[in-house]
This record gives sequence, structure tokens and C-alpha cells, in this order.
Amino acid sequence: MVEVKNVSKQYGNKNVVDNVSLQIAKGKITSFIGPNGAGKSTLLSMISRLISKDSGEIFIDGEEVSKCNSNELAKKISILKQSNHINIRLTIRELVSFGRFPYSQGRLTKEDWRYVDEAIHYMELEDIEDKFLDQLSGGQQQRAYIAMVIAQNTDYILLDEPLNNLDMKHSVQIMKVLRRLTDELGKTVIIVIHDINFASCYSDYIVALKDGKVVQEGPTEEIIDSSVLKGIYEMDINIEHINENRIAVYYA
Amino acid sequence: MKKRYLFIAFLILSITSLFVGVKDITPLDLFHLSEDQLQIMMISRLPRLVSLIIAGASMSICGLIMQQLSRNKFVSPTTAGTMDAARLGILVSLILFSSATMMEQMIIASLFALAGTFLFMKLLDRIKFKDAIFIPLVGLMFGNIINSITTFFAFKHDLIQSISSWLHGDFSMVMTGRYEMIYISIPLVIISYLFAQKFTVAGMGEELSTSLGLNYRFVVNIGLVIVALSTTVVLLTVGTIPFLGLIVPNIVSIYHGDNLKKNLSHTALLGAVFLLLCDILGRILIYPYEIPIGLTVGVIGSVIFLYLLMRRKAYA
Repeated sequence: MVEVKNVSKQYGNKNVVDNVSLQIAKGKITSFIGPNGAGKSTLLSMISRLISKDSGEIFIDGEEVSKCNSNELAKKISILKQSNHINIRLTIRELVSFGRFPYSQGRLTKEDWRYVDEAIHYMELEDIEDKFLDQLSGGQQQRAYIAMVIAQNTDYILLDEPLNNLDMKHSVQIMKVLRRLTDELGKTVIIVIHDINFASCYSDYIVALKDGKVVQEGPTEEIIDSSVLKGIYEMDINIEHINENRIAVYYA
Repeated sequence: MKKRYLFIAFLILSITSLFVGVKDITPLDLFHLSEDQLQIMMISRLPRLVSLIIAGASMSICGLIMQQLSRNKFVSPTTAGTMDAARLGILVSLILFSSATMMEQMIIASLFALAGTFLFMKLLDRIKFKDAIFIPLVGLMFGNIINSITTFFAFKHDLIQSISSWLHGDFSMVMTGRYEMIYISIPLVIISYLFAQKFTVAGMGEELSTSLGLNYRFVVNIGLVIVALSTTVVLLTVGTIPFLGLIVPNIVSIYHGDNLKKNLSHTALLGAVFLLLCDILGRILIYPYEIPIGLTVGVIGSVIFLYLLMRRKAYA
């Protein structure tokens, strides 16, 4: 379980994350939603120790994040940010193999390679595993990076806007993979996501942030509600029930 | 390019290098070397070959490490102020201790090289405009500022001649007794091998490194120390060799990618081959005189570099 207690972060005079407390359930998909600048990504980065917090505490399975050994933490929690996508000429297989870095420090055992192969298989990348990243489309790159995170085999997987720049087909494919990771492998997935309909269809819990504060949190069906969403986004959003899914209609 | 072919080329060029020179020595003479032929071999030809191989390999590896850590394909010891800072360090050691030994010079110069490279990396962090071409330009400007400081103080202390001898790489002065320092590069190359995987991870950026549990700052600092020390050692023994750290890693990256564990040995080998080739050309083109290595590397290097730039555009 991830426990966030009274966490704050300031940039200059602005409280980007303002005294946030929340608990994230294990083995579920939790989505962070909210308008731009709400502090979602900052909170995600603090949970994964990529940036330091100004005050408060964050516990992962009862251990305070900033007191953990970074390498040990890398076996428990992984994070993928949009800005991680860099211009490096590695093949997919090489990239995925670096997911085993916390365990092998670069000297991969047979066991490590088995995880690498499984991750590549999981993301259906076998055909192109020897292609260089810069030869791939955005969707293929994103799948390769997610395969790396799967190879890292952590209980907690944090993704910052994993659907950014992806077309519908690849978006659905990635959300389905995340669903399988939680349902089949018992992973805990936390994502920052802008498309509330993807959040609605695939997540178990939703945390809504606004101006650095948690304004709503709860099971998906409680949050995907006209009046609740109006409070978050300050606009009228109709909720339609289509095939047991709650779909927000806000385009017109 | 297969490693096997590269290795064959390396062997052929190494042997050729031994038998090119004013004093006529043929491979057949090897079995009945006269006294002075043996001396030429031991005092001049072999040291020259060894320093060519080590300088070529270590400068290419330096370029590779810098490109990986700065995540910019155009950064190298000559385009990031490292060489210039090292030269300022040599000047300082000459001014402060009028009779500085090679070792003292090396320590002071590598401290300066380290500080210079570090400053450049800090500059990179601050630059918002991360255009690939812009960064080496900043590096060149930064290097030239350091250079002008060096020149100013060199003029004041009448040391211009001593300083300019380090400006141009020259292997003809390599002789027993004054090149041995270059062996310091060998342990540095070995350390680079040991850290290869970590450099690759660091090359994926601070956030991804942290997520994979790597101590990013520590690994970057190790890399910078290796670069500063190797650059200084090469600078003190043979002088500045331009372009080498820039082109060789780029060529290898095109056909082998950026996985350091895989391409480090290639880079080292290609660096040695390239430098050997340039040196042999420089020795035979206006025989019995010599073209300075900086010139041959510069001319051949810039042609290859231009080709790389065009090609990059073609497949981007």
C-alpha cells in the first residue's frame, strides 16, 4: 500500500502540491485526474522519489521512501515519465534488458533474460525486438518502455500520461495491458491520465486533484458523476451509460 | 563493419607503422637487426606505435563517455572545453612551479580539465534551449574563453612557445623516456569497461536512472574523472588531437547503437585504427618530412564528419 501523509511541494511561492494525504490500494489501478497544473505529475514523481518533497511523509509498504536504499526501492517501484523518452540508439531488447538493472547491475543472468523475454512477449514486441528505438513509431516506443518497466518486475508501477501522443488503438492496447498486469500479476498501477473516459473504463479508483489539493477520491463509479466532475473541471459533463461503462460527454 | 575486419586492419596498420620512417627498416631485417636499427625500433618506432594505439583508443572512449553522459552526439573533449581547461592547467603549473615534473603537471592539468568539464556540464543543465548543434557551439565558445585566458597569461610570462607545443598533436616527438605517462590511460580504459553498463543507464537520463536505482551523480562524476584524466595524459604526451573523440563514437553508434557494453571495444579499436591510418599517411605523403597528425586527422575527420551530418539528415 502507498500512503501519502501531509505532503507538500513548493516551486517558488506556489504550492504545487499542498498538504496532500491519501492511501492507494494494493493490486488496483488508481488514476490521478484533474486540470493542467493540478500537481498530479509532481505527486507521482514524489511517490517514486524522483523529486524530493518539502514536507510530509510517503510510505510504500510501511517504509518511508526517502529513507529507502534507492536500488532496493527500484525492485519495488518503477516509474515511467513522458520525459523519459530520450534519443538513445538501443534496440528494444537492449532497452528492456535494462529493466533488470536493479537486480543484475548490468550482468544479466539466465533468469534475468527470461524476464526480459517474457516482458517483450507481454507487450507483443517479438517481431521488432532487434530494431533500434529511433526506427520506431511513438506507439511502439511507448510499448518498449512499458516492456522495460514490466521486466523491472516491481509491485508498484507508476506511469505519467502513458497515452500521450498515442492513437486510439494503441491507447486501448496499453490500458488493457495495465488491466492484465493488475488482474493477472497482482501489480499496483498508478497513472496520471487526462482522458477521463479511459480513467472511467479501466481504473478501480480515481483521485482528483486541483490546485495541489485532493478534491475528490473514491471508487471510479463515485467520481465519474456529473456533479462531482463539475466540481473538478468547472464545466458541465453529462454521464452516459454505454455497455456498463460510464462515458463522459463533454465535447459540445 | 565487423570487429574481425577492424582487428585485421589494426594489425596491418600497426606493423606498417613500425616500418615507415626515414631510417630504412624492412620486416625482413627483423631477424638480423643491426645495433642502430634495434635502437630506432626500441627508442622511437615502438613507443610511437604504443602511444598511437593508446591515444586513439582512449580519446575515442572519452568522446563516447561524454556523448553518452551529456546525451549529445556532438560533445567531445575538444568541443566541451576539456582540452582547453587542461592546457590552462599546464600553464598554471608552469607558472607556479617553474620546474614542474611531468607528474605535477599532469595532476594540476587534470584538476583543471575536471573543473572545466564539470563547469560545462553545469552549463548544460542551465541551458533551456537544448538544440543538438547549439550545445557544442556553447562548448567551443566556452573553450575559447578559457583559451584566451591561457594565451593572456602565457604572453605575460613568456610561455607562449611552451603552450603552443601542446596545441598541435605530434607523434614524432614520442620517444622512450617521455611518453610513458600515456600508460596511465590503460587502467582508465579498464575502469570505463567496468562502468560501461552504468554509463549507458546514465545516458538514459537522471529520472530513468533513478527509477532503475542507479546513483546518477556518482556515475556521471566517475565518467567525468575518466575523461579529464585521459584527456590530460594524451595532451601532455602527444598534444591536442582534434575530432577523434567526436567522429569515432559517432561512426560506431550508427551501426552499433548506444549500448556501451557492446560498442566500447569497437570504439577503442576504430579509434586506434583511424589514428594509425592518419599517422602513416602523414608520414609518407611528404616523405621524408612529416605532416602533423592534427592536420591529417582534421582533414580526414572533417570530411567524415560532414558525411555523417548529411547522412543523419537523410534518415531522420
